[in-house]
Amino acid sequence: MTFRHKFLGTAATLALTAGAALAEPALIYDLGGKFDKSFNEAAFNGAQRWAEETGGSYREIELQSEAQREQALRRFAEAGSNPVVTTGFAIASAIEEVAPDYPDTKFVNIDGFLPEIPENVQMISFQEHQGSYLVGMMAAMASESGTVGFIGGMDVPLIRHFGCGYAQGVKSVDEDIEIIANMTGTTPAAWNDPVKGSELAKAQVSQGADVIYAAAGGTGVGVLQTAADEDILSIGVDSNQNHLHPGKVLTSMLKRVDVAVYNAMKAGEDLATGTSQVLGLAEEGVGVAMDENNEALVSDEMMAAVQEARQKIIDGEIDVVSYYANDSCPVLNF
Amino acid sequence: MDLMTILQVLDSTVRLATPLLLACLAGLFSERAGIIDIGLEGKMLASAFFAAAIAYMSGNVWIGALAGVGSSLLLSAIHGLASITYRGNQIISGLAITMLAQGMTVLIAQDWFSQGGRTPSLVGQARFEPITLPFAEALAPVPVIGPIYHELISGHSALVYVAFLMVPVTWWILFRTRFGLRLRAVGENPAAVDTAGVSVIWLRYAAVLICGVLCGLAGAYLATGLQAGFVKDMTAGRGYIALAALIFAKWRPWYALYACLLFGLLQAVAVRYQNIDLGAFVLPVQFMDALPYILTVVILAGFVGKATPPRAIGQHYVKER
Repeated sequence: MTFRHKFLGTAATLALTAGAALAEPALIYDLGGKFDKSFNEAAFNGAQRWAEETGGSYREIELQSEAQREQALRRFAEAGSNPVVTTGFAIASAIEEVAPDYPDTKFVNIDGFLPEIPENVQMISFQEHQGSYLVGMMAAMASESGTVGFIGGMDVPLIRHFGCGYAQGVKSVDEDIEIIANMTGTTPAAWNDPVKGSELAKAQVSQGADVIYAAAGGTGVGVLQTAADEDILSIGVDSNQNHLHPGKVLTSMLKRVDVAVYNAMKAGEDLATGTSQVLGLAEEGVGVAMDENNEALVSDEMMAAVQEARQKIIDGEIDVVSYYANDSCPVLNF
Repeated sequence: MDLMTILQVLDSTVRLATPLLLACLAGLFSERAGIIDIGLEGKMLASAFFAAAIAYMSGNVWIGALAGVGSSLLLSAIHGLASITYRGNQIISGLAITMLAQGMTVLIAQDWFSQGGRTPSLVGQARFEPITLPFAEALAPVPVIGPIYHELISGHSALVYVAFLMVPVTWWILFRTRFGLRLRAVGENPAAVDTAGVSVIWLRYAAVLICGVLCGLAGAYLATGLQAGFVKDMTAGRGYIALAALIFAKWRPWYALYACLLFGLLQAVAVRYQNIDLGAFVLPVQFMDALPYILTVVILAGFVGKATPPRAIGQHYVKER
């Protein structure tokens, strides 16, 4: 980035905001860490795209502990960052606490849920169950053993939401396919324990699973590695993880956190707040990843079925039940 | 539950227990000599990183393991310097080492590889491959013994066998050699050892450095045996569980083996079965995850015999007052 670029970009932004104080957006990553090859990395990619396109710059912090959440929010708000974009459901309650103290700052949260959204907060959520449903279908069609696996990170409703959509997708192809579901743990350390991820994957393989969907942040790295070692297929999550083990990762359930972050930063101070935004298949917020690394694994028949299901979900013909609807999953017991 | 399932769970137990066992024996040497070491976690982490990083660069897993052990030794030396030579607080020094390792590994990894605090994935010779023991294939069809030998005993990476071998070796060193006697004495009554004309400082340094070597092996096993590379904070609290196992084992090598196998088994069962249906009620997986800590508390409360730590643990030795 040359100085000239930066200067022009700044000038343009200044012109747009017409005299209002120039505010840099800020981005707070959740405990999984900025480079988890998954959820947080997607957020980083979105911010990076915004920075490259507009020539702007943003502030960022990687949280190291639960206690830093409120501190980080306050510090960015005090420093005049606007909007403050956050990732992860766990920071939502801290935002609820902090937001009223800084009415001029806009906060964005991805994945969280608040019963009452404060005026200066935008909540973004994704229809992960819809995307998971599609990869579940692909898993069921790719499985030869009749058993597929699901490995979640921390045992929270959000991850059950992933698992539940996946299970419904699997069952839609064949009622008799067995699904083995495991969670890595109950503390945030569960997002970063590839050793346990590997062990869980091995346990599932020994129970016959030949496709495993990992929705576990950094732990998923271990799952994908073991799946590649044991010569079975895996499914990545959030970011496109197909390239991690070419030819061994069936697909990735994309969650376009990057787009959400990009849009929020682009809107800047004009961001609509006090509302929630839900991004599903129709909005391209979730989907399946196809590239040269997995094209040999996905048959035309599979692709056609996924496309058809996608359309049906958008049209409302297929109703993928959300785990949140009544905190339970109709086809899978966790 | 058939034999195969039991063997798979036990196989997983061995894999999960190995890093715990190495770290636990490491702590045993250190604490038997009177130096508390809560920096096991940090040393494992540093070793995991350097083992993976150097294995990746050199393409040879053994050079990587050596580098891992080296980094762990360096941290041990710092711990020794702070807590033996300068008589600092051993807990604080251990904690500082863990924090140092947590930060430095990610920082160096980012600088070397620019992959966000991780090392690239290791392939081929840069990883510990499973060793198939002699006759494993030939014996496999033999009922009962065959599968046990083939599935459970054979097919682990070299460091697993090293870890299990370290148990009798540790026992022999501590209880059958002059060095071991002195090492134990220095943890019980350093003044007596000093009176006998043996250097307390030297003995404690030796213990802390042995601790470093074993922690190094544990970390190298995590990153290059179990995994194919380093990921931020990949030890995930195993150093602390090893400490719990050490207390559970009452600072004895054979008990350490049993304690680590038990903790490994609990983890393996938790990994294999999400919730255990006992008929009358369902045992949640969270309970299995918490059991190692619960057991340690029970032991500490004195319900299952008394766990008496070495008498001079955590005290620095001052020749003259």
